[in-house]
Amino acid sequence: MVISMSMPDPGNADFEPEDRPLPSNLRRDQPLVPIDTVAARALMAVIAILTFLAALSAGAAVLAARASEQWRGAVANEMTIQIRPDSRRDIEGDIGRAVAMAQAIDGIESVRAVPRAESDKLLEPWLGAGLDLVELPVPRLIVLKLRAGAGPDLTAFGAALRREVPTAILDDHRLWVRRLSTMASTIILSGAAVVLLVLTAAALAVAFATRGAMAGSRDSVEVLHLVGADDAFIAREFQSRFVRLGLRGGAIGGAAAILVIGLLGFLSSRWRTAPEAEQLQAMFGAFEIGWSGYVAVILVAVVVAAISGLVSRVTVRHHLRVLAGGTA
Amino acid sequence: MVRFENVGLRYGMGPEVLKDINFSIAPRSFQYLTGPSGAGKTTLMRLVLMALQPTRGLVNLFGQDVSRLDAATLTAFRRRMGIVFQDFRLLDHLTLYENVALPLRVLGKEESSYRAEVVELLRWVGLGERMHAVPSVLSGGEKQRAAIARAVIGRPELVLADEPTGNVDPALGRRLLRLFMELQSLGTAVVIATHDLALMELYDAPRLVLADGHLHVDA
Repeated sequence: MVISMSMPDPGNADFEPEDRPLPSNLRRDQPLVPIDTVAARALMAVIAILTFLAALSAGAAVLAARASEQWRGAVANEMTIQIRPDSRRDIEGDIGRAVAMAQAIDGIESVRAVPRAESDKLLEPWLGAGLDLVELPVPRLIVLKLRAGAGPDLTAFGAALRREVPTAILDDHRLWVRRLSTMASTIILSGAAVVLLVLTAAALAVAFATRGAMAGSRDSVEVLHLVGADDAFIAREFQSRFVRLGLRGGAIGGAAAILVIGLLGFLSSRWRTAPEAEQLQAMFGAFEIGWSGYVAVILVAVVVAAISGLVSRVTVRHHLRVLAGGTA
Repeated sequence: MVRFENVGLRYGMGPEVLKDINFSIAPRSFQYLTGPSGAGKTTLMRLVLMALQPTRGLVNLFGQDVSRLDAATLTAFRRRMGIVFQDFRLLDHLTLYENVALPLRVLGKEESSYRAEVVELLRWVGLGERMHAVPSVLSGGEKQRAAIARAVIGRPELVLADEPTGNVDPALGRRLLRLFMELQSLGTAVVIATHDLALMELYDAPRLVLADGHLHVDA
Protein backbone atom coordinates (compact mmCIF):
# COMPACT_ATOMS: atom_id res chain seq x y z
CA MET A 1 0.00 0.00 0.00
CA VAL A 2 1.22 3.45 -0.82
CA ILE A 3 -0.14 4.94 2.37
CA SER A 4 1.40 2.59 4.88
CA MET A 5 -0.56 3.79 7.84
CA SER A 6 -0.47 2.10 11.17
CA MET A 7 -3.55 0.18 12.10
CA PRO A 8 -6.17 1.89 14.20
CA ASP A 9 -7.48 0.50 17.47
CA PRO A 10 -7.19 -3.30 17.48
CA GLY A 11 -10.61 -3.59 19.04
CA ASN A 12 -12.21 -1.55 16.33
CA ALA A 13 -14.73 -3.68 14.48
CA ASP A 14 -15.03 -1.22 11.60
CA PHE A 15 -11.49 -1.72 10.40
CA GLU A 16 -10.43 -5.01 9.02
CA PRO A 17 -7.23 -7.05 8.95
CA GLU A 18 -5.17 -6.67 5.78
CA ASP A 19 -3.85 -10.16 5.20
CA ARG A 20 -6.80 -11.61 3.29
CA PRO A 21 -6.44 -12.52 -0.39
CA LEU A 22 -7.69 -10.04 -2.98
CA PRO A 23 -11.11 -10.66 -4.45
CA SER A 24 -10.95 -11.58 -8.12
CA ASN A 25 -12.73 -9.60 -10.87
CA LEU A 26 -12.95 -6.41 -8.91
CA ARG A 27 -13.39 -4.12 -11.80
CA ARG A 28 -16.57 -4.32 -13.77
CA ASP A 29 -16.53 -3.13 -17.32
CA GLN A 30 -18.40 0.01 -16.47
CA PRO A 31 -17.93 3.21 -18.43
CA LEU A 32 -16.98 6.17 -16.27
CA VAL A 33 -19.64 8.34 -17.81
CA PRO A 34 -23.08 6.80 -17.53
CA ILE A 35 -25.44 7.14 -20.45
CA ASP A 36 -29.11 6.62 -19.85
CA THR A 37 -30.01 3.10 -21.02
CA VAL A 38 -33.27 4.13 -22.66
CA ALA A 39 -31.58 7.00 -24.52
CA ALA A 40 -28.74 4.67 -25.55
CA ARG A 41 -31.20 2.10 -26.92
CA ALA A 42 -33.13 4.78 -28.78
CA LEU A 43 -29.93 6.14 -30.30
CA MET A 44 -28.81 2.65 -31.27
CA ALA A 45 -32.17 2.06 -32.97
CA VAL A 46 -31.85 5.37 -34.87
CA ILE A 47 -28.30 4.47 -35.95
CA ALA A 48 -29.45 0.98 -37.01
CA ILE A 49 -32.30 2.40 -39.12
CA LEU A 50 -30.09 5.06 -40.70
CA THR A 51 -27.37 2.48 -41.43
CA PHE A 52 -29.99 0.19 -42.96
CA LEU A 53 -31.20 2.96 -45.29
CA ALA A 54 -27.68 4.06 -46.17
CA ALA A 55 -26.58 0.48 -46.79
CA LEU A 56 -29.58 -0.18 -49.03
CA SER A 57 -28.81 2.99 -50.99
CA ALA A 58 -25.18 1.94 -51.32
CA GLY A 59 -26.33 -1.54 -52.41
CA ALA A 60 -28.69 -0.03 -55.00
CA ALA A 61 -25.88 2.15 -56.34
CA VAL A 62 -23.58 -0.87 -56.63
CA LEU A 63 -26.37 -2.85 -58.32
CA ALA A 64 -26.93 -0.05 -60.84
CA ALA A 65 -23.19 0.23 -61.48
CA ARG A 66 -22.88 -3.50 -62.10
CA ALA A 67 -25.97 -3.61 -64.34
CA SER A 68 -24.74 -0.64 -66.33
CA GLU A 69 -21.37 -2.34 -66.79
CA GLN A 70 -23.11 -5.48 -68.02
CA TRP A 71 -25.25 -3.52 -70.49
CA ARG A 72 -22.30 -1.64 -71.83
CA GLY A 73 -20.20 -4.78 -72.10
CA ALA A 74 -22.97 -6.61 -73.99
CA VAL A 75 -24.08 -3.76 -76.19
CA ALA A 76 -20.75 -2.20 -77.06
CA ASN A 77 -19.47 -5.37 -78.76
CA GLU A 78 -22.54 -5.75 -80.87
CA MET A 79 -24.10 -3.82 -83.75
CA THR A 80 -27.10 -4.38 -85.92
CA ILE A 81 -27.92 -3.55 -89.50
CA GLN A 82 -31.59 -2.99 -90.01
CA ILE A 83 -32.96 -3.54 -93.55
CA ARG A 84 -36.29 -1.85 -94.04
CA PRO A 85 -38.68 -3.53 -96.42
CA ASP A 86 -39.24 -1.78 -99.72
CA SER A 87 -41.66 -3.19 -102.25
CA ARG A 88 -39.38 -2.02 -105.08
CA ARG A 89 -36.38 -3.92 -103.78
CA ASP A 90 -35.45 -7.50 -103.18
CA ILE A 91 -34.96 -7.62 -99.44
CA GLU A 92 -33.13 -10.97 -99.47
CA GLY A 93 -30.70 -9.57 -102.06
CA ASP A 94 -30.15 -6.49 -99.91
CA ILE A 95 -29.47 -8.71 -96.90
CA GLY A 96 -26.92 -10.72 -98.88
CA ARG A 97 -25.13 -7.53 -100.03
CA ALA A 98 -25.08 -6.07 -96.56
CA VAL A 99 -23.74 -9.33 -95.07
CA ALA A 100 -20.99 -9.47 -97.70
CA MET A 101 -20.00 -5.85 -97.03
CA ALA A 102 -19.91 -6.43 -93.30
CA GLN A 103 -17.80 -9.57 -93.65
CA ALA A 104 -15.27 -7.58 -95.65
CA ILE A 105 -14.72 -5.16 -92.78
CA ASP A 106 -11.69 -5.87 -90.63
CA GLY A 107 -12.62 -5.91 -86.93
CA ILE A 108 -16.02 -7.55 -87.38
CA GLU A 109 -15.78 -11.04 -85.98
CA SER A 110 -19.04 -12.53 -87.10
CA VAL A 111 -22.05 -11.58 -89.15
CA ARG A 112 -25.40 -13.26 -88.80
CA ALA A 113 -28.57 -12.43 -90.67
CA VAL A 114 -31.52 -13.02 -88.37
CA PRO A 115 -33.91 -15.39 -90.21
CA ARG A 116 -37.39 -14.14 -90.94
CA ALA A 117 -39.01 -16.56 -88.48
CA GLU A 118 -36.73 -15.36 -85.71
CA SER A 119 -37.37 -11.66 -86.34
CA ASP A 120 -41.11 -12.37 -86.46
CA LYS A 121 -40.77 -14.03 -83.08
CA LEU A 122 -39.30 -10.85 -81.65
CA LEU A 123 -42.63 -9.16 -82.38
CA GLU A 124 -44.67 -11.81 -80.59
CA PRO A 125 -44.71 -10.06 -77.21
CA TRP A 126 -46.30 -7.01 -78.83
CA LEU A 127 -48.46 -8.51 -81.60
CA GLY A 128 -49.30 -11.88 -80.06
CA ALA A 129 -48.62 -15.41 -81.33
CA GLY A 130 -50.24 -17.03 -84.35
CA LEU A 131 -50.41 -13.85 -86.43
CA ASP A 132 -49.38 -14.09 -90.05
CA LEU A 133 -46.79 -11.35 -90.55
CA VAL A 134 -46.08 -12.06 -94.21
CA GLU A 135 -48.02 -9.04 -95.35
CA LEU A 136 -46.53 -6.72 -92.76
CA PRO A 137 -43.45 -4.64 -93.61
CA VAL A 138 -41.26 -6.14 -90.90
CA PRO A 139 -37.64 -5.00 -91.04
CA ARG A 140 -34.90 -7.63 -91.12
CA LEU A 141 -31.88 -7.60 -88.87
CA ILE A 142 -28.24 -8.51 -89.31
CA VAL A 143 -26.29 -8.93 -86.10
CA LEU A 144 -22.61 -8.01 -86.24
CA LYS A 145 -20.23 -9.02 -83.48
CA LEU A 146 -17.12 -6.90 -83.10
CA ARG A 147 -13.76 -8.41 -82.32
CA ALA A 148 -12.67 -7.36 -78.81
CA GLY A 149 -10.27 -4.45 -78.96
CA ALA A 150 -10.81 -3.78 -82.64
CA GLY A 151 -12.09 -0.40 -83.72
CA PRO A 152 -13.44 -0.53 -87.29
CA ASP A 153 -14.31 2.72 -89.07
CA LEU A 154 -18.04 2.57 -88.51
CA THR A 155 -18.79 5.96 -90.08
CA ALA A 156 -17.25 4.95 -93.39
CA PHE A 157 -18.91 1.54 -93.24
CA GLY A 158 -22.30 3.14 -92.51
CA ALA A 159 -21.94 5.54 -95.46
CA ALA A 160 -20.85 2.76 -97.83
CA LEU A 161 -23.71 0.58 -96.68
CA ARG A 162 -26.23 3.37 -97.26
CA ARG A 163 -24.87 3.85 -100.81
CA GLU A 164 -25.07 0.16 -101.69
CA VAL A 165 -28.25 -0.66 -99.79
CA PRO A 166 -30.32 2.50 -99.33
CA THR A 167 -32.82 0.72 -97.08
CA ALA A 168 -30.11 -0.34 -94.59
CA ILE A 169 -29.42 1.48 -91.32
CA LEU A 170 -26.34 0.72 -89.23
CA ASP A 171 -27.16 0.92 -85.54
CA ASP A 172 -24.11 0.85 -83.29
CA HIS A 173 -26.22 1.37 -80.10
CA ARG A 174 -24.18 4.42 -79.11
CA LEU A 175 -27.25 6.48 -78.27
CA TRP A 176 -28.72 3.61 -76.28
CA VAL A 177 -25.46 3.06 -74.37
CA ARG A 178 -25.19 6.78 -73.68
CA ARG A 179 -28.73 6.90 -72.29
CA LEU A 180 -28.17 3.80 -70.19
CA SER A 181 -24.94 5.28 -68.86
CA THR A 182 -26.68 8.52 -67.95
CA MET A 183 -29.44 6.65 -66.18
CA ALA A 184 -27.01 4.42 -64.32
CA SER A 185 -24.85 7.41 -63.34
CA THR A 186 -27.96 9.20 -62.04
CA ILE A 187 -28.89 6.19 -59.92
CA ILE A 188 -25.33 5.87 -58.60
CA LEU A 189 -25.11 9.58 -57.78
CA SER A 190 -28.54 9.53 -56.13
CA GLY A 191 -27.47 6.52 -54.05
CA ALA A 192 -24.26 8.28 -53.00
CA ALA A 193 -26.23 11.43 -52.12
CA VAL A 194 -28.66 9.44 -50.00
CA VAL A 195 -25.73 7.75 -48.24
CA LEU A 196 -24.20 11.18 -47.52
CA LEU A 197 -27.50 12.57 -46.26
CA VAL A 198 -28.06 9.57 -44.00
CA LEU A 199 -24.51 9.79 -42.63
CA THR A 200 -25.10 13.48 -41.90
CA ALA A 201 -28.35 12.61 -40.13
CA ALA A 202 -26.49 9.96 -38.09
CA ALA A 203 -23.82 12.50 -37.16
CA LEU A 204 -26.46 15.00 -36.03
CA ALA A 205 -28.32 12.35 -34.02
CA VAL A 206 -25.08 11.39 -32.25
CA ALA A 207 -24.21 15.06 -31.62
CA PHE A 208 -27.58 15.69 -29.97
CA ALA A 209 -27.36 12.45 -27.99
CA THR A 210 -23.86 13.38 -26.81
CA ARG A 211 -25.04 16.81 -25.70
CA GLY A 212 -27.87 15.14 -23.81
CA ALA A 213 -25.49 12.66 -22.22
CA MET A 214 -23.10 15.48 -21.29
CA ALA A 215 -25.91 17.46 -19.68
CA GLY A 216 -27.01 14.36 -17.77
CA SER A 217 -23.45 13.58 -16.69
CA ARG A 218 -22.43 17.07 -15.67
CA ASP A 219 -21.80 15.98 -12.09
CA SER A 220 -19.78 12.96 -13.18
CA VAL A 221 -17.76 15.13 -15.55
CA GLU A 222 -16.99 17.60 -12.77
CA VAL A 223 -15.94 14.83 -10.43
CA LEU A 224 -13.71 13.36 -13.12
CA HIS A 225 -12.11 16.76 -13.65
CA LEU A 226 -11.53 17.26 -9.94
CA VAL A 227 -9.95 13.84 -9.47
CA GLY A 228 -7.46 14.68 -12.21
CA ALA A 229 -9.01 13.62 -15.51
CA ASP A 230 -8.12 15.82 -18.45
CA ASP A 231 -10.47 16.73 -21.29
CA ALA A 232 -8.94 14.14 -23.60
CA PHE A 233 -9.62 11.36 -21.07
CA ILE A 234 -13.25 12.42 -20.60
CA ALA A 235 -13.75 12.79 -24.35
CA ARG A 236 -12.29 9.30 -24.83
CA GLU A 237 -14.74 7.88 -22.30
CA PHE A 238 -17.70 9.37 -24.16
CA GLN A 239 -16.21 8.45 -27.51
CA SER A 240 -15.70 4.79 -26.63
CA ARG A 241 -19.28 4.61 -25.39
CA PHE A 242 -20.65 6.13 -28.58
CA VAL A 243 -18.35 4.10 -30.85
CA ARG A 244 -19.73 0.98 -29.19
CA LEU A 245 -23.29 2.19 -29.70
CA GLY A 246 -22.47 3.14 -33.29
CA LEU A 247 -20.84 -0.22 -33.98
CA ARG A 248 -23.78 -2.10 -32.53
CA GLY A 249 -26.34 0.04 -34.40
CA GLY A 250 -24.25 -0.11 -37.58
CA ALA A 251 -23.89 -3.88 -37.34
CA ILE A 252 -27.64 -4.36 -36.85
CA GLY A 253 -28.52 -1.98 -39.70
CA GLY A 254 -25.84 -3.41 -42.02
CA ALA A 255 -26.85 -7.01 -41.25
CA ALA A 256 -30.51 -6.16 -41.91
CA ALA A 257 -29.57 -4.56 -45.25
CA ILE A 258 -27.47 -7.60 -46.27
CA LEU A 259 -30.38 -9.84 -45.28
CA VAL A 260 -32.87 -7.82 -47.34
CA ILE A 261 -30.54 -7.70 -50.37
CA GLY A 262 -29.91 -11.44 -50.08
CA LEU A 263 -33.64 -12.10 -49.76
CA LEU A 264 -34.44 -9.98 -52.81
CA GLY A 265 -31.74 -11.83 -54.78
CA PHE A 266 -33.21 -15.17 -53.71
CA LEU A 267 -36.76 -14.12 -54.61
CA SER A 268 -35.69 -12.72 -57.99
CA SER A 269 -33.91 -15.99 -58.79
CA ARG A 270 -37.08 -17.92 -57.85
CA TRP A 271 -39.20 -15.73 -60.14
CA ARG A 272 -36.71 -15.68 -62.96
CA THR A 273 -39.00 -17.70 -65.25
CA ALA A 274 -41.82 -15.16 -65.13
CA PRO A 275 -41.89 -12.61 -68.02
CA GLU A 276 -41.74 -9.67 -65.55
CA ALA A 277 -38.63 -11.14 -63.97
CA GLU A 278 -37.05 -11.48 -67.42
CA GLN A 279 -37.65 -7.80 -68.05
CA LEU A 280 -36.21 -6.92 -64.64
CA GLN A 281 -33.21 -9.10 -65.26
CA ALA A 282 -32.67 -7.47 -68.64
CA MET A 283 -32.73 -4.13 -66.86
CA PHE A 284 -30.73 -4.88 -63.72
CA GLY A 285 -28.96 -8.09 -64.58
CA ALA A 286 -28.96 -10.75 -61.87
CA PHE A 287 -30.13 -9.20 -58.58
CA GLU A 288 -26.74 -9.60 -56.95
CA ILE A 289 -24.49 -6.91 -55.58
CA GLY A 290 -21.38 -9.10 -55.51
CA TRP A 291 -18.58 -8.85 -53.00
CA SER A 292 -18.03 -5.16 -53.81
CA GLY A 293 -21.63 -4.48 -52.82
CA TYR A 294 -21.25 -6.32 -49.53
CA VAL A 295 -18.00 -4.45 -48.89
CA ALA A 296 -19.89 -1.17 -49.54
CA VAL A 297 -22.60 -2.18 -47.04
CA ILE A 298 -20.03 -3.14 -44.38
CA LEU A 299 -18.10 0.06 -45.11
CA VAL A 300 -21.24 2.12 -44.51
CA ALA A 301 -21.74 0.42 -41.11
CA VAL A 302 -18.08 1.01 -40.16
CA VAL A 303 -18.25 4.64 -41.29
CA VAL A 304 -21.40 5.16 -39.21
CA ALA A 305 -19.57 3.81 -36.12
CA ALA A 306 -16.52 5.96 -36.88
CA ILE A 307 -18.72 9.02 -37.33
CA SER A 308 -20.44 8.27 -34.00
CA GLY A 309 -17.09 8.21 -32.23
CA LEU A 310 -15.69 11.25 -33.99
CA VAL A 311 -18.80 13.40 -33.58
CA SER A 312 -19.17 12.50 -29.90
CA ARG A 313 -15.49 13.33 -29.32
CA VAL A 314 -15.75 16.71 -31.05
CA THR A 315 -19.03 17.48 -29.24
CA VAL A 316 -17.56 16.57 -25.85
CA ARG A 317 -14.39 18.60 -26.42
CA HIS A 318 -16.50 21.57 -27.47
CA HIS A 319 -18.79 21.17 -24.45
CA LEU A 320 -15.82 20.89 -22.08
CA ARG A 321 -14.30 24.06 -23.56
CA VAL A 322 -17.63 25.84 -22.98
CA LEU A 323 -17.69 24.51 -19.39
CA ALA A 324 -14.13 25.69 -18.82
CA GLY A 325 -15.08 29.10 -20.22
CA GLY A 326 -18.03 29.23 -17.83
CA THR A 327 -15.78 28.43 -14.86
CA ALA A 328 -13.32 31.14 -15.78
CA MET B 1 2.12 25.28 -1.61
CA VAL B 2 -1.05 27.44 -1.67
CA ARG B 3 -1.05 31.21 -1.26
CA PHE B 4 -4.03 33.57 -1.48
CA GLU B 5 -3.42 37.31 -1.60
CA ASN B 6 -6.31 39.78 -1.44
CA VAL B 7 -8.60 37.29 -3.13
CA GLY B 8 -12.19 38.30 -3.67
CA LEU B 9 -15.05 36.42 -5.31
CA ARG B 10 -18.48 37.49 -6.41
CA TYR B 11 -21.07 35.63 -8.44
CA GLY B 12 -22.15 37.70 -11.41
CA MET B 13 -23.04 41.23 -10.36
CA GLY B 14 -23.86 40.20 -6.79
CA PRO B 15 -22.02 41.21 -3.63
CA GLU B 16 -18.61 39.74 -2.83
CA VAL B 17 -19.02 36.46 -1.00
CA LEU B 18 -15.31 36.28 -0.19
CA LYS B 19 -13.37 39.47 0.53
CA ASP B 20 -9.65 40.12 0.84
CA ILE B 21 -8.76 36.53 1.62
CA ASN B 22 -5.12 36.13 2.64
CA PHE B 23 -3.67 32.84 3.80
CA SER B 24 -1.17 30.19 2.86
CA ILE B 25 -0.92 26.45 3.24
CA ALA B 26 2.56 25.10 3.86
CA PRO B 27 3.66 21.61 2.84
CA ARG B 28 3.02 18.94 5.51
CA SER B 29 0.83 21.35 7.47
CA PHE B 30 -2.51 20.64 9.11
CA GLN B 31 -5.23 23.24 9.52
CA TYR B 32 -8.91 23.57 9.99
CA LEU B 33 -11.10 25.82 7.92
CA THR B 34 -14.02 26.78 10.04
CA GLY B 35 -16.88 29.20 10.30
CA PRO B 36 -20.65 29.15 10.45
CA SER B 37 -22.71 27.35 7.82
CA GLY B 38 -22.88 29.40 4.65
CA ALA B 39 -19.72 31.34 5.47
CA GLY B 40 -18.09 30.23 2.21
CA LYS B 41 -15.90 27.29 3.29
CA THR B 42 -16.89 25.15 0.32
CA THR B 43 -16.47 28.12 -2.04
CA LEU B 44 -12.97 28.74 -0.71
CA MET B 45 -12.12 25.06 -1.25
CA ARG B 46 -13.42 25.26 -4.81
CA LEU B 47 -11.11 28.24 -5.36
CA VAL B 48 -8.15 26.17 -4.14
CA LEU B 49 -9.24 23.35 -6.47
CA MET B 50 -9.48 25.83 -9.36
CA ALA B 51 -13.09 24.83 -9.91
CA LEU B 52 -13.80 28.57 -9.56
CA GLN B 53 -11.78 31.57 -10.66
CA PRO B 54 -11.44 34.51 -8.26
CA THR B 55 -12.79 37.86 -9.42
CA ARG B 56 -9.75 39.59 -7.95
CA GLY B 57 -6.54 38.92 -6.11
CA LEU B 58 -3.75 36.43 -6.57
CA VAL B 59 -4.01 32.67 -6.14
CA ASN B 60 -0.69 30.91 -6.23
CA LEU B 61 -0.65 27.11 -6.36
CA PHE B 62 2.53 25.04 -6.20
CA GLY B 63 4.50 28.18 -7.02
CA GLN B 64 2.45 29.28 -10.03
CA ASP B 65 -0.13 32.00 -10.56
CA VAL B 66 -3.32 30.11 -11.43
CA SER B 67 -4.63 32.86 -13.72
CA ARG B 68 -1.90 31.90 -16.20
CA LEU B 69 -2.34 28.14 -16.06
CA ASP B 70 -3.06 26.15 -19.19
CA ALA B 71 -5.42 23.16 -19.12
CA ALA B 72 -2.62 20.58 -18.91
CA THR B 73 -0.99 22.26 -15.89
CA LEU B 74 -4.38 22.64 -14.24
CA THR B 75 -4.96 18.90 -14.58
CA ALA B 76 -1.45 18.17 -13.33
CA PHE B 77 -2.06 20.35 -10.24
CA ARG B 78 -5.40 18.68 -9.51
CA ARG B 79 -3.62 15.34 -9.56
CA ARG B 80 -1.46 16.61 -6.70
CA MET B 81 -4.56 17.31 -4.61
CA GLY B 82 -7.22 15.11 -3.06
CA ILE B 83 -10.71 16.36 -2.33
CA VAL B 84 -13.39 15.03 0.01
CA PHE B 85 -16.69 16.61 -0.96
CA GLN B 86 -19.27 17.42 1.66
CA ASP B 87 -21.86 15.52 -0.39
CA PHE B 88 -19.29 12.79 -1.23
CA ARG B 89 -19.80 13.04 -5.02
CA LEU B 90 -19.30 9.33 -5.53
CA LEU B 91 -20.31 8.11 -9.00
CA ASP B 92 -23.51 6.15 -8.43
CA HIS B 93 -23.04 3.70 -11.29
CA LEU B 94 -19.62 2.58 -10.09
CA THR B 95 -18.83 0.24 -7.19
CA LEU B 96 -16.96 1.52 -4.15
CA TYR B 97 -13.81 -0.13 -5.45
CA GLU B 98 -14.17 1.63 -8.81
CA ASN B 99 -14.93 4.93 -7.11
CA VAL B 100 -11.88 4.75 -4.89
CA ALA B 101 -9.71 3.66 -7.82
CA LEU B 102 -10.92 6.58 -9.96
CA PRO B 103 -7.95 8.95 -9.45
CA LEU B 104 -5.58 6.14 -10.49
CA ARG B 105 -7.75 5.06 -13.41
CA VAL B 106 -7.85 8.58 -14.87
CA LEU B 107 -4.06 8.54 -14.82
CA GLY B 108 -4.29 5.68 -17.29
CA LYS B 109 -2.76 3.14 -14.92
CA GLU B 110 -3.31 -0.55 -15.47
CA GLU B 111 -5.91 -1.94 -13.08
CA SER B 112 -3.57 -4.72 -11.99
CA SER B 113 -1.04 -2.12 -10.84
CA TYR B 114 -3.35 -0.56 -8.25
CA ARG B 115 -5.79 -3.33 -7.33
CA ALA B 116 -4.02 -4.42 -4.16
CA GLU B 117 -3.47 -0.84 -3.05
CA VAL B 118 -7.15 0.10 -3.43
CA VAL B 119 -8.39 -3.05 -1.71
CA GLU B 120 -5.99 -2.48 1.18
CA LEU B 121 -7.14 1.10 1.64
CA LEU B 122 -10.79 0.05 1.46
CA ARG B 123 -10.15 -2.55 4.13
CA TRP B 124 -8.27 0.00 6.15
CA VAL B 125 -11.25 2.36 6.22
CA GLY B 126 -13.55 -0.55 7.05
CA LEU B 127 -15.15 -1.01 3.66
CA GLY B 128 -13.51 -4.28 2.65
CA GLU B 129 -16.81 -6.13 2.68
CA ARG B 130 -18.59 -3.38 0.76
CA MET B 131 -16.20 -2.83 -2.12
CA HIS B 132 -18.61 -4.35 -4.66
CA ALA B 133 -21.54 -2.27 -3.48
CA VAL B 134 -22.74 0.81 -5.32
CA PRO B 135 -23.03 4.05 -3.31
CA SER B 136 -26.84 4.08 -3.35
CA VAL B 137 -26.99 1.14 -0.91
CA LEU B 138 -24.45 2.58 1.53
CA SER B 139 -24.96 4.57 4.70
CA GLY B 140 -23.76 8.16 4.98
CA GLY B 141 -20.77 7.08 7.06
CA GLU B 142 -19.74 4.46 4.52
CA LYS B 143 -19.97 6.95 1.70
CA GLN B 144 -17.95 9.39 3.76
CA ARG B 145 -15.17 6.85 4.25
CA ALA B 146 -15.23 5.91 0.55
CA ALA B 147 -14.94 9.59 -0.38
CA ILE B 148 -11.95 9.95 1.95
CA ALA B 149 -10.34 6.83 0.53
CA ARG B 150 -10.76 8.21 -3.00
CA ALA B 151 -9.17 11.49 -1.96
CA VAL B 152 -6.08 9.87 -0.47
CA ILE B 153 -5.50 6.90 -2.80
CA GLY B 154 -3.27 8.89 -5.14
CA ARG B 155 -1.10 10.01 -2.18
CA PRO B 156 -1.71 13.70 -2.85
CA GLU B 157 0.46 16.52 -1.57
CA LEU B 158 -2.63 18.40 -0.37
CA VAL B 159 -5.92 16.99 0.91
CA LEU B 160 -8.97 19.22 1.17
CA ALA B 161 -11.78 17.66 3.18
CA ASP B 162 -15.14 19.40 3.34
CA GLU B 163 -16.99 18.36 6.52
CA PRO B 164 -15.43 14.89 6.46
CA THR B 165 -16.98 13.89 9.76
CA GLY B 166 -20.38 15.47 9.20
CA ASN B 167 -22.16 12.17 8.60
CA VAL B 168 -20.50 9.87 11.09
CA ASP B 169 -20.84 9.25 14.80
CA PRO B 170 -18.25 10.85 17.11
CA ALA B 171 -16.25 7.63 17.48
CA LEU B 172 -15.86 7.18 13.74
CA GLY B 173 -15.22 10.91 13.40
CA ARG B 174 -12.22 10.53 15.74
CA ARG B 175 -10.90 7.63 13.69
CA LEU B 176 -11.21 9.53 10.47
CA LEU B 177 -9.44 12.49 12.04
CA ARG B 178 -6.62 10.16 12.97
CA LEU B 179 -6.43 9.03 9.35
CA PHE B 180 -5.88 12.64 8.30
CA MET B 181 -3.25 13.11 11.03
CA GLU B 182 -1.42 10.06 9.77
CA LEU B 183 -1.58 11.43 6.25
CA GLN B 184 -0.01 14.63 7.49
CA SER B 185 2.73 12.74 9.24
CA LEU B 186 3.46 11.01 5.92
CA GLY B 187 3.97 14.38 4.22
CA THR B 188 0.56 15.50 3.03
CA ALA B 189 -0.79 18.97 3.82
CA VAL B 190 -4.32 18.65 5.19
CA VAL B 191 -7.12 21.22 5.31
CA ILE B 192 -10.31 20.11 7.03
CA ALA B 193 -13.37 22.32 6.65
CA THR B 194 -15.62 21.82 9.63
CA HIS B 195 -17.77 23.63 12.11
CA ASP B 196 -17.53 20.76 14.59
CA LEU B 197 -15.81 22.36 17.61
CA ALA B 198 -15.52 19.02 19.38
CA LEU B 199 -13.54 17.62 16.50
CA MET B 200 -11.17 20.60 16.42
CA GLU B 201 -10.52 20.22 20.15
CA LEU B 202 -9.32 16.66 19.60
CA TYR B 203 -6.26 17.81 17.70
CA ASP B 204 -4.88 21.26 18.05
CA ALA B 205 -4.04 22.91 14.75
CA PRO B 206 -4.24 26.40 13.23
CA ARG B 207 -7.76 27.46 12.31
CA LEU B 208 -8.67 29.50 9.26
CA VAL B 209 -11.87 31.17 10.37
CA LEU B 210 -14.31 32.45 7.76
CA ALA B 211 -16.99 34.89 8.79
CA ASP B 212 -18.91 37.47 6.74
CA GLY B 213 -16.72 36.76 3.74
CA HIS B 214 -13.50 37.62 5.62
CA LEU B 215 -10.91 35.13 6.78
CA HIS B 216 -8.61 35.33 9.75
CA VAL B 217 -6.07 32.85 10.98
CA ASP B 218 -6.55 31.68 14.54
CA ALA B 219 -3.29 30.05 15.52
